[in-house]
Amino acid sequence: MEQFPFLVRKDRKAIRYLVVDDSVFARKNVAKMVESFGGEIVGEAGDGCTAITEFDRTTPDMVLMDITMPQMEGIEAAERIVRAHPEARIVMVSSVGYQENIVAALQKGARHFVQKPVKPEILYEVIKYVMGDDATIATPVGQES
Amino acid sequence: MRMELIQPFINAADAVLAETLQCPTRVDGLSMDEQAYRRKGVASLVTIQGDIEGRIIFDIDAPTAARVAAYLAGSPQPEDDDEVARETVCELANMVIGSAITVLNDQGFQFKINPPVAHTELVGEKSSEDQEALVMCFGTDTGSVFMNIAMRYNTRRKADRRA
Repeated sequence: MEQFPFLVRKDRKAIRYLVVDDSVFARKNVAKMVESFGGEIVGEAGDGCTAITEFDRTTPDMVLMDITMPQMEGIEAAERIVRAHPEARIVMVSSVGYQENIVAALQKGARHFVQKPVKPEILYEVIKYVMGDDATIATPVGQES
Repeated sequence: MRMELIQPFINAADAVLAETLQCPTRVDGLSMDEQAYRRKGVASLVTIQGDIEGRIIFDIDAPTAARVAAYLAGSPQPEDDDEVARETVCELANMVIGSAITVLNDQGFQFKINPPVAHTELVGEKSSEDQEALVMCFGTDTGSVFMNIAMRYNTRRKADRRA
């Protein structure tokens, strides 16, 4: 996998992620990517309902959320999380990337959308954009000025 | 089944398989089938409801599925866990079908896609006259991937929407 400069919080701690997808394979894949960016997986969920409880339990810096899931879909879960936590940063990650789905997700409070198959370079840029000033590129040890 | 429904699936399979498996893909076979579907290996079923309705089966023979799962997990050895292979095939199906559905939706069709489920029956339902299945075989460096698509226009739903 391509190497990326670590992306960390302003306080130099790892960005904490909650990964939500009904596919274990997809969760592992996304987790592997964000760990390669220097992130930490603090929770995983396989449906929207579990995502809400996991968000409350872990208060992650960012949620990477699938849309099509059993029980409760990602857009509804995103809406409920953002209603309770307006500061929540949710990025939708889905294979179904049509316009109305994206618009609906953004209207319900998601900050961005990434279409599957997820390309690491795109996910990295989206995370950097969504974290904004709350994230910084970590300087490797020994290269500090 | 019309070409406008089929082409997005060919394009999506080509793009997703090439991207995920990092190899060129080719269409090795294309045929229409009115017989009941016979599963070839590890298969995943996705159903669609709306202006277009039907089902798609994404099917990979077991040794290829094990190799694909291993490749995507970054492991040098074929995956020997059937559950991991099933998961991998379901997620590949999700990505290919989701991508095709995105194109069809942007063309104006409205529908709902259900999450992929493992298709474990050896023989599936027989296609009907107005819903014969298209069987496609894609060749990759890892092995062959099959898609069996049976879809039709839901004319009543479209008429209802127009009314």
